[in-house]
Amino acid sequence: MTSLLAIGLIGLLLGLAVAVIFMRNSFGAICAFIAYGLLLTLAWLQLRGVDVALTEAAIGGGLTGALLIGAASRLRASPAVTQPGRTTMALAALAGAGVTAVLALCVLAFPDPAPTLAPEVAANIAVTGVGNAITAVLLAFRSMDTLLEAIVLLLALIGAWSLGPDTSWPGRPGMRQSAPPNGILAYLARLLPPIGVVVAAYIFWNGADEPGGKFQGATILAAMWLLTIAAGLFDVPRVGSRLLRAALVAGPLTFIAVGTFGITSAGAFLGLPEAIAKPLIIVVELALLPSLTLILALLIPGPPQRATTG
Amino acid sequence: MSSLADLWTIVWVSAGAVFFLAGTVGLLRFPDSLTRLHALTKADNLGLGLVAIGLLSQSGSVLAGAKLVFVWLLVMISSACVGQLIAEHMRRRGNRAP
Repeated sequence: MTSLLAIGLIGLLLGLAVAVIFMRNSFGAICAFIAYGLLLTLAWLQLRGVDVALTEAAIGGGLTGALLIGAASRLRASPAVTQPGRTTMALAALAGAGVTAVLALCVLAFPDPAPTLAPEVAANIAVTGVGNAITAVLLAFRSMDTLLEAIVLLLALIGAWSLGPDTSWPGRPGMRQSAPPNGILAYLARLLPPIGVVVAAYIFWNGADEPGGKFQGATILAAMWLLTIAAGLFDVPRVGSRLLRAALVAGPLTFIAVGTFGITSAGAFLGLPEAIAKPLIIVVELALLPSLTLILALLIPGPPQRATTG
Repeated sequence: MSSLADLWTIVWVSAGAVFFLAGTVGLLRFPDSLTRLHALTKADNLGLGLVAIGLLSQSGSVLAGAKLVFVWLLVMISSACVGQLIAEHMRRRGNRAP
């Protein structure tokens, strides 16, 4: 029964992947891609990778989908680029097939049982004071990756901002949203955020011992904030705002400060002294949450488009 | 006892599946966007509600059951609101076929 479900899921995933590639209209392709992300979430759940499933649902299905819809509507406004020629298409197909073949070979070439560091993580997890192995790996054993991830997201936001025209710098990103104040969107934007904030806090705090964490929590918070912006209840802050910029870099800077503290207290950059490992992890998570929320949310409206008068 | 719980689940989830099937058929067969929207929201609200009721007997604890009902309520809120938003957009565009 379970294998029947798995085979059905794989079939649907492959079908949707083909649909994404061959669909002519970009909006339809994006819808198929979002559905693909949600089905991939189910696949991760079947593999018991609940942390990955949560991230896939939040980032892969939700945030990436919203970004792609924004990109598609921008492209529609600009004149169509010439269609790619036959050679380009053939080369793209060849490159895609090549990458797939190499990946498949790599996966199939794994020795059985696959090489793993899981026993070592399990043996040392008690030191960190964290119950969830994923969180322990992300913030204690491989915290360099997490730090760079946060910085890459910050760079992505700076890149998006730098695409704005000079005349609107340092103005507000996106267009002013004006939904009817008593409309259904405004109603939803008043009803949902309190629930969303509680769910996000729960997922964030739960990340210590069970699946969840700052990334998933931050995505939910970002979605709630964007909802209130879309309904016209709040406006996006100016990109020149000192408060906003301070909030954006506060998370990564705290992470770096804790890492530097590790040089003196634990003998290595990003090292955590055993006695206060758990409090330091919580400090880093708490500092990253607001920064990540702002970065993820501000990626959606994109570059500044309005002069500072508004 | 467990077979009774299973019977409960089978009956309710099957009823929910019928609504999802009917909703999907409506989505594919109905002539314009507003009627398709009508078919879709019925499947979402009633179908998911019936499935959630069916799974209550499998949830094991009151808290897990309450979470199931809560998820259903959240989906109802969002699908009702999104349905309204799409319908409003259609009306402003003059209800043409997309």
